[in-house]
Formats: sequence, C-alpha cells, structure tokens
Amino acid sequence: MVEAGLKPALRVQNLRKAYKDVVAVDGLDLEVPAGECFGLLGPNGAGKTTTIEICEGLTAADSGEVEVLGLSWRSDGAELRQRLGIQLQETQLSEKLTVHETIRLFRSFFRQGASPAEVIGLVQLEEKRNSRVGALSGGQKQRLALACALVGKPDLLFLDEPTTGLDPQARRQLWELIEEMKKAGTTIVLTTHYMDEAERLCDRVAIMDHGKIIALGTPRELVASIGIEHVVEFAAGSQAHPLEAARLHDIEGVRDIRADNGTVRMQVSELHRAVPALLDELGRQGAPLTELRTHSASLEDVFVALTGRHLRDE
Amino acid sequence: MSETPPPAGWTNHPLAQLTLVRFREFMREPEVLFWVFIFPILLAAGLGIAFRNRPAEVLKIAVVGPEFASAIRSEKLLDVQQLSEAEARKELREGKVALLAARRPDGSAAYQYDDTNPEGRTARMLADRAIQRAAGRIDPVSSNDQFMREPGSRYIDFLIPGLLGMNLMGSSIWGMGFAIVDARRKKLIRRLVATPMPRHYYLLSFVLSRLVLLVAEVGILLGFAALVFQVPLRGSLLGLAGLCVLGALMFGALGLLIASRAQTVEAASGLMNVVMMPMWILSGVFFSSQRFPDFVQPIIKVLPLTAVIDALRANMLQGANFALLWPQLGILTAWLAVCFALALKLFRWR
Repeated sequence: MVEAGLKPALRVQNLRKAYKDVVAVDGLDLEVPAGECFGLLGPNGAGKTTTIEICEGLTAADSGEVEVLGLSWRSDGAELRQRLGIQLQETQLSEKLTVHETIRLFRSFFRQGASPAEVIGLVQLEEKRNSRVGALSGGQKQRLALACALVGKPDLLFLDEPTTGLDPQARRQLWELIEEMKKAGTTIVLTTHYMDEAERLCDRVAIMDHGKIIALGTPRELVASIGIEHVVEFAAGSQAHPLEAARLHDIEGVRDIRADNGTVRMQVSELHRAVPALLDELGRQGAPLTELRTHSASLEDVFVALTGRHLRDE
Repeated sequence: MSETPPPAGWTNHPLAQLTLVRFREFMREPEVLFWVFIFPILLAAGLGIAFRNRPAEVLKIAVVGPEFASAIRSEKLLDVQQLSEAEARKELREGKVALLAARRPDGSAAYQYDDTNPEGRTARMLADRAIQRAAGRIDPVSSNDQFMREPGSRYIDFLIPGLLGMNLMGSSIWGMGFAIVDARRKKLIRRLVATPMPRHYYLLSFVLSRLVLLVAEVGILLGFAALVFQVPLRGSLLGLAGLCVLGALMFGALGLLIASRAQTVEAASGLMNVVMMPMWILSGVFFSSQRFPDFVQPIIKVLPLTAVIDALRANMLQGANFALLWPQLGILTAWLAVCFALALKLFRWR
C-alpha cells in the first residue's frame, strides 16, 4: 500500500486495440491516483470494457503502455493477480455451489485476504450463506461477484458495469457497498453507461466515445464545462390559448429553447428567477401549464453536448 | 477487514478447492448420477437377460399335412404347428416360424426357409432327421453329447468389458467436455483466469475428480457383473485398475481436446458425438469388431476405444498381463500424449 501511494494506481499511455474491423481503443491516456474512485462512462461499444480488460491483463493491447500499481503485466503478472480485485461483465458463477463455497474457492487462490465469513458480511449475504448461487436474485448474484473480487483484499478494484441489468433498489444497495469500499480507501476503477452511477460514485470521470476519451474531470467540472446549469422542461397551452413560445426569450437568463412534441426544453442559468418568470409569462398568456420538470445539468447533458447523442441511444 | 494469514489445512489449497467444486457440481446433478452409475447397470442387466444362454432353444416350424407333423413331433427341439399351405407361408414370411415343411404328392419332403438364418438351417436339419428316422432310417454311427457351459464364454462375459470401456469413454469425454465448455460459455473460465489461480490446477482438478469417481464407476459395474452374472476377473486386479486409469486419462485428454475451443454446449456435444459414435459402432462394445471387413480392421484396431476394450477383455477373460498387452498400451499412450499436447496448445482460456 505504501508504494501505491507514491505511484499512480493505474497509468495508461497511448493505448490502442483494434478487432478485425473495429478500432475499440484509439490512443487512450489515463492516470488514476491511489485512493480514487475513477469512472469510465460511455455508451455501449465505446471501448470501456476493452480498456478495463487490458488493464486487468485479460486482453493484450496492440500498442501502448499499461502500468498497474507501478508494475507491468509482462514482468509481474503473478504478483499483480494477487493484488487486484476483478469483477467482469456477465460472469455467471457456478449455480450448483453455495455462496460460501464460491467465496471459499476464490479465497483459496489468494496468498492473503479476508476470511469468507468477513466478505459475506461485507456484501450483506449472511442470510444467503448456504443458498445455491442459482437461487439468488440478480442483485444478490452481483454482490456475490463483488465479494469474489474483494476476497483477496485488493489494492485496486476493477468493476465492469457493476449494476447493469439490476432493478433500482438493487443498484442503490450496490452503490452503498461501493461507497463503503471507497471509505476504506480502496482504489476503484469502474465502467458504466449510467450517468447517475458515475455522478454518485466517481471522484473523477472519463467520458469515452469511439475508443477515445472526449472529456475528463470531476463530475462537477464536466458539468460546468458545458455552461449549462439547469434545464426546465414544461408543457403548456390549450386550443383556446396556445403557447406563444417566442415570448419566452424575453425571460432573464434563458438560453436555447427547444420545442419538441408539445414539450418545451429551456436551459436556464438561475432556476429561482427563471421559474417564477416563466409562470408569470404563462399567466399573462392565459396558457394553462400541464407539466413542469426541472433538473440540474448532468453528465448525460455533457455527453449530449459533446456528441449530439444520448448515452443510451444504442 | 482484518488481515488474515494464509488459511491452514490442505482443504484450503486451491487444487483441493477446485477438485471439491468438481465433486459438488457432479453430485448435485441427479441426471448425471443416473447416466454414470445406474444406466450401465441397467444396460448390462437388460442385455445379459436378453442374450442369456438358454438351455437349447426350441425352434418354431410350420408343417403342411398331418403325416410329417406327427413324425416331426418326436423331435423335442422343434415346436410344430400344423397349418394350411397359405397360412404356413404367411407365418414363414413374417418370421414367426423358422421353417415350412410340406409333403409333396410323390411323398418327398419340401423345405422352405431362409438359408442365411442359422435358425432356419438348424430347423431344416432337425426336421429332416425326424422325418427320415420316422421313415425307418437307422444312423450307422451312434453319437454321445457332452455339454460345456462355463463362465467366460457367454455373451455377458463379452459384454461387460465392452460396457466398461464405453463407460470410461462416455464419462471422461462428457464429464470434461461439458463442464469446461459450460464454464467457458458462462465466462467463468475467464473469471478464474483473472484470479491468481495457477491454470494447470484447473485442468488437474478435472483429472483428480475423474480418477476418484472412476473408482466408484468401475467398482459398481464390475461388482454387479461379478455378483449377479459371475463374470470372471481372471487377470490381476491391479492390472485392471491400471488399464482403467490409463483409459480414463486418455479419454480425459480427448475430452479436453474436444472442449479446447468450443464456445457453446451445442457445438461441443456435436463434436463429441462425431468422435464417439464411430467408436460405439466399430470398437466392439456389443459385438465383435471382427465382423467388419478386413480392410477396415487396421483402422478399427488403432481406435482408442478398441484398444481399451481389447485390453480389458484380455485382462478379464484371458487373464493376460501387461506384457501381453503392449500393442494396446502403446496405442493408448500414443493417443494420450497426442491429445494432451494438442489440447494444451489449442486450449482457449476465454
């Protein structure tokens, strides 16, 4: 742990990887300091999984440098395996084994680490200790997969799409577990295509698209960089009193008004001024308000601003 | 989390854990238990009863006309039915009788039967002898029969080593093939490779679990055969155990080779059938492979299952020791070496 504090936990330089006809990773640079929770955010097919699997030593890069915990896969593979915790996308653990048996198997591979009971407690599966893996819910399976990654007490934890396919409650439960890991000081690199996940969990986020990093920073920095602070969405107007959208431009601090399917989407800088002004304006027009939503700009808006697409278009 | 030192005890060794996992997965799959342990016994019992040596079988024949019918009834090995000409022909065509005997107007005997069927030929000889004796023939040389019915020459004695070989092949190839391909499809192999697990332990765990299960598999089938059918075990039991281990390792290597690349269970099971089907037919499990034409014999001889079954039969039925089995042992060792080397070279850990 000491040397991990001096060197970055993960350093990637000019990484490239192409499959038959697709360039999956196209000249990627990354540096993750120890203790950070770092997120690779991007749509499916952006190259996140290829990138993380190269860092995990599971896929060979075409070119570029990867340094993990100050070590390289070429010369220190066996040592690295002992010090990394890895959760892959879509691994199905053996359904015939129980939770405890599965953890015990994974524990046997590591020189040192936590006891199976400890890890089972950590991921809150005590009640399912003797249940078969096949009988677990999706969220429980995912927590078991996390437990298998934690059992060697890793210095660096790789999580590939840890909450994909889970229901909202199971996702929140997993987020809380990952936040616990963060508090315990574990360095985490995770991939996700959920912007709320990246915003909530990650100290810094790299937004990936087509094998490249198109933006890098803390979630707050990224959101600030596009100059949008809040978004107001509403629907208003009736047959007798249709909405006169042109008048909305007169409201102070409003930019970029888009009407789409009867819903109007406005970017505003100050919510507390723009919303009362909007309501006053609608009152003057006599146009009834049928819907009103506001949200603060998110990483999703960053992705839209940078690529013109939504994260989950694909 | 507190730091825990490496846990003590051999059960926490990764190889022990991996092998335990193999057992657990095997024992928690009732269908597999049936196919490996129960099915060979049912098959042996069924075939052993169907093909048991009956005390001199009685053959059914049809006779037209009353004269011959009474003459032939004196022959105890024939069951005579007196029928009209048309009925008799129908019974013969349908294979319900082995022979049709009729008296021609001139008093001569006319026989109709399938001369490629041994039962037809036997029935003809017995019927003709009865008719000739009834007509007054006296055999010039008197004869005297002595019966030899010893274990070792019966069909069940031939069958058990064949079933044992087939079982060794099936459980090794299916046991390894399906488990590996299924783990690959579930990306479980990839997950294990992402841990510090030494890769050869993964493969070794299959070998170890197979060898332990082998004791049960072979023991149950041979115990059943020896107790119920008195199938002889004339060779050294140590030699027999050695043959079973060599056979299981060799088929395990073949299973590993089949599973080295396949991504889906369907693809693997297709491959397994392509490999195993010819051997089920050619290698003399149920009947002697000598029945196939001479020009394919050299090919049949080098098939791994033929070598296993030939060696098992030589050990169990003739009591042959290893020195006499060197051609089979050579063939098995060669298959083992080639399959294992190829499998290691081709094996995909993803």
